[in-house]
Amino acid sequence: MSNILEIKNLSVEFPTRRGTLKALNDVSFSIAAGEVVGVVGESGAGKSLTGAAIIGLLEPPGRISGGEILLEGRRIDNLSDDQMRKIRGREIGAIFQDPLTSLNPLYTVGHQIAETIVTHLPMTWSQARQRAIELLESTGIPAARERIDHYPHQFSGGMRQRVVIALALAAQPKLIVADEPTTALDVSIQAQIIELLKKMCREQGAAVMLITHDMGVIAETADRVVVMYAGRVAEIGKVRDVIHSPRHPYSVGLMGSIPSIHHHVERLVQIDGTMPRLTAIPPGCAFNPRCPQVMERCRIERPDIIQVGTSQAACWLHETKEAS
Amino acid sequence: MFAFIIRRLLQAVGVMLTVALLAFILFQYVGDPVMIMLGQEGTPAEREQLRRDLGLNDPIIVQFYHFLANAVQGDFGLSLRQGQKVSSLLRDRLPATLELSIAAALIALVIGVPLGVYTALKRNGKLSQAFLAFSLLGVSLPTFLIGILLILVFSVQLGWLPSYGRGETVKIGWWTTGLLTANGWKHLILPAVTLSLFQVALVLRLVRSEMLEVLRADYIKFARARGLTKRAINFGHALKNTLVPVITIMGLQLGGIIAFAIVTETVFQWPGMGLLFIQAVQFADIPVMAAYLCLISFIFVVINLIVDLLYFAVDPRLRVGLGKSGGGH
Amino acid sequence: MRAALSKFWDGDLAWSWRHTPVAIVATLTLLVMLIAAFGADWIAPHNPFDLATIELLDALKPPVWADDGTTKYLLGTDSQGRDLLSALMYGTKVSLLIGLAAVAGAMLLGVVLGLISGYAGGRIDALIMRVADVQLSFPAILIALLIDGVARAVVPGDMHEVIAFPVLVGAIALAGWPQYARTVRGSTLVEKNREYVQAARVIGISSPVIMFRHVLPNVLGPVLVLATVHLATAIITEATLSFLGVGVPPTSPSLGTLIRVGNDFLFSGEWWITIFPGAALVLLVLSVNLLGDWLRDALNPRLS
Repeated sequence: MSNILEIKNLSVEFPTRRGTLKALNDVSFSIAAGEVVGVVGESGAGKSLTGAAIIGLLEPPGRISGGEILLEGRRIDNLSDDQMRKIRGREIGAIFQDPLTSLNPLYTVGHQIAETIVTHLPMTWSQARQRAIELLESTGIPAARERIDHYPHQFSGGMRQRVVIALALAAQPKLIVADEPTTALDVSIQAQIIELLKKMCREQGAAVMLITHDMGVIAETADRVVVMYAGRVAEIGKVRDVIHSPRHPYSVGLMGSIPSIHHHVERLVQIDGTMPRLTAIPPGCAFNPRCPQVMERCRIERPDIIQVGTSQAACWLHETKEAS
Repeated sequence: MFAFIIRRLLQAVGVMLTVALLAFILFQYVGDPVMIMLGQEGTPAEREQLRRDLGLNDPIIVQFYHFLANAVQGDFGLSLRQGQKVSSLLRDRLPATLELSIAAALIALVIGVPLGVYTALKRNGKLSQAFLAFSLLGVSLPTFLIGILLILVFSVQLGWLPSYGRGETVKIGWWTTGLLTANGWKHLILPAVTLSLFQVALVLRLVRSEMLEVLRADYIKFARARGLTKRAINFGHALKNTLVPVITIMGLQLGGIIAFAIVTETVFQWPGMGLLFIQAVQFADIPVMAAYLCLISFIFVVINLIVDLLYFAVDPRLRVGLGKSGGGH
Repeated sequence: MRAALSKFWDGDLAWSWRHTPVAIVATLTLLVMLIAAFGADWIAPHNPFDLATIELLDALKPPVWADDGTTKYLLGTDSQGRDLLSALMYGTKVSLLIGLAAVAGAMLLGVVLGLISGYAGGRIDALIMRVADVQLSFPAILIALLIDGVARAVVPGDMHEVIAFPVLVGAIALAGWPQYARTVRGSTLVEKNREYVQAARVIGISSPVIMFRHVLPNVLGPVLVLATVHLATAIITEATLSFLGVGVPPTSPSLGTLIRVGNDFLFSGEWWITIFPGAALVLLVLSVNLLGDWLRDALNPRLS
């Protein structure tokens, strides 16, 4: 399976009046075609920024200061605005958190979908409209033929997110970056939306980068997971591996903090302290002040990503175990 | 929707009644009409006769009713300063003010909106900075000063344009217009530009700030993420959303234009309602003041109503209840 | 006190000010004008109100750089021989006094009403907001003119001068309160539901105390920005009213009065009598507006 997306040593910085902040520091991972990769971490860990960098919508003054982003082997981080515009929607789609504010209140749902289709695919407006109806139907919106002329405020929250999914997939992209797609929805609807997203991407053969802070969603949905901390990658691996045998002490804490119906647990694991702010990242491993297994080396040298079994972890604990 | 219209109409009537009440109070209690009309002469018998004629001995409610009845027909009595019927004075002056105001409003829209859009889209360009600086100057210059400066340059120094009055006018029915003669147009230019300058600056800044706000919205971010063209985003999505609140403000500004015409008419001796009003204030000519108040209120109320209806027509979110609401998940 | 001041200087607002050249220039200009205005009694070269010092022979002298000018009257004189520079300084004082007083009045009335409206809710809120809305649809200048006109009719002629100032300040203030009320009400509504307010209520602190001691400091930011914009508007409104002849009495002329007086001489070539007061007015208002613009951008949380 070839990689649809490869991120190599990506760094993003923000020049501010207090100095330059490194919001992403040497982040690397890849997504294979058709795969669902979850990117998990606390607020501020850099997950959304990674997504923004991929689709080329980093808010100034933020900018990519190092590394490469490759889409199907070609670099896209250094493209012009116009070239990037052609990629957005057509090759990479995006979904954001709040379905209410993601849709323009003054245009009908059908207009917004058809507009996207016509921008990227060689269809007439009426063909695009027909396709829009089909898209709405496949996202499970009843009476699509009438609803297509409705305005966003006439849909409920869950329905709107379905429309958003239809919009993101309208031009048949190969990769979808979904940034907290269910956080703004009722819990009862979250599962439905995630299922829908998975189903539609599978049907179109699109890969998904699922950004969320909710480990439960990742557990249900993703094939692999990337754990991020303070703008860096802590661990990458198959979801089952990372959940059952996490390698990085941060992941250990993360997995232990998920309550489970199946095992009896005396106390949920709590990681003392908080993730450092961008202005106060400690030297060496960013997690070292909170790590229960911290070593002297961790305070001085930032750990490389080391292969540990089928996963990869950025932790000095595993250096000697490289061979296994 | 009908409920909305009825409610707004009732509100409008309520405002007009309040204004009429204020005007009535002005009429009755500010100064003594009998004293003013007869002065120091006049025997007590004449005074009493006048009192009865004017209905000043009737109960207040009756007097108010008469006042209202007259007002609705446009009768506000006689001007204290000029002795003519107030209604005919106003009627003679209305066209001048309206032509001036509408000209100024058009200039403000035609120049202000495109410039506002431009400075929002090209935020940091040199030209944008220049326009912004100009707009800041525009809101910092009082209207009368602009008038004086324009007169100084174009009338005194260059002698290109006249600085006084309306020029040749043509009478059509009861309306007099200066738009049918070249001379009339020449006289219109300086006052219209003076009146509009403040509005141009205001509209420019308003449109710019609204558009910048809109460009930050999530649906614009999503539109970019879908790869829509710059033109589709800026003009199809951003501009349309910007213009909706701008319409309301513009409508309300029209009222401001008509009011600021007072100053412009004074500087250019333009024979409109504003000049009449100022002379009334200087002279304490209550009937004219009261009538002007009622007329202006009426115009404002009508404008507000139209703006509300326009809003209704333009923003689909306000039409809730007409279409089917979303159901299911 | 020193600690508080140095904390302020290191804070974000002061940092922004130091790095915005326009704000610095505007502040300095305002400072100079403030000193010139309120120090006029001591530093003005002449006293334009002291009839003994005015020489009719010096009337209509042009500014110092023109042919006929002299250094005695740097900016020239008017038709009575009064020094224009001094008249400008006194005039600025009048304009500033009225503007500041009107803003203070409007702010007081508007903030209090807005707090009450937002906090009490219900009928009181509806009433206050209805009045504010209706008043907002009328331009301030019209309201000020009306109040002025009515006062002029009600008060006998010889009292006009005495009451001119309070009426003027009152008229402009009354015309301006709705904006403050609206803004403060909006912020109050937001703060009302915050936990600190609910906590205070639970402990039993009375409503007025909550409103003024707890909610008020949190809603002051936008009020400050509004006040600077309003100051500019108030100064222009006063100048306009004085220009129209219904503002300050001629015995203590503001910049607007000076412009009106000078207007008569425009066509006969003595342009300085109206242009210099005009320039002073523009400079004043422009500085206030620039400062207001900077303040608004600096206090806007989204633009940091």
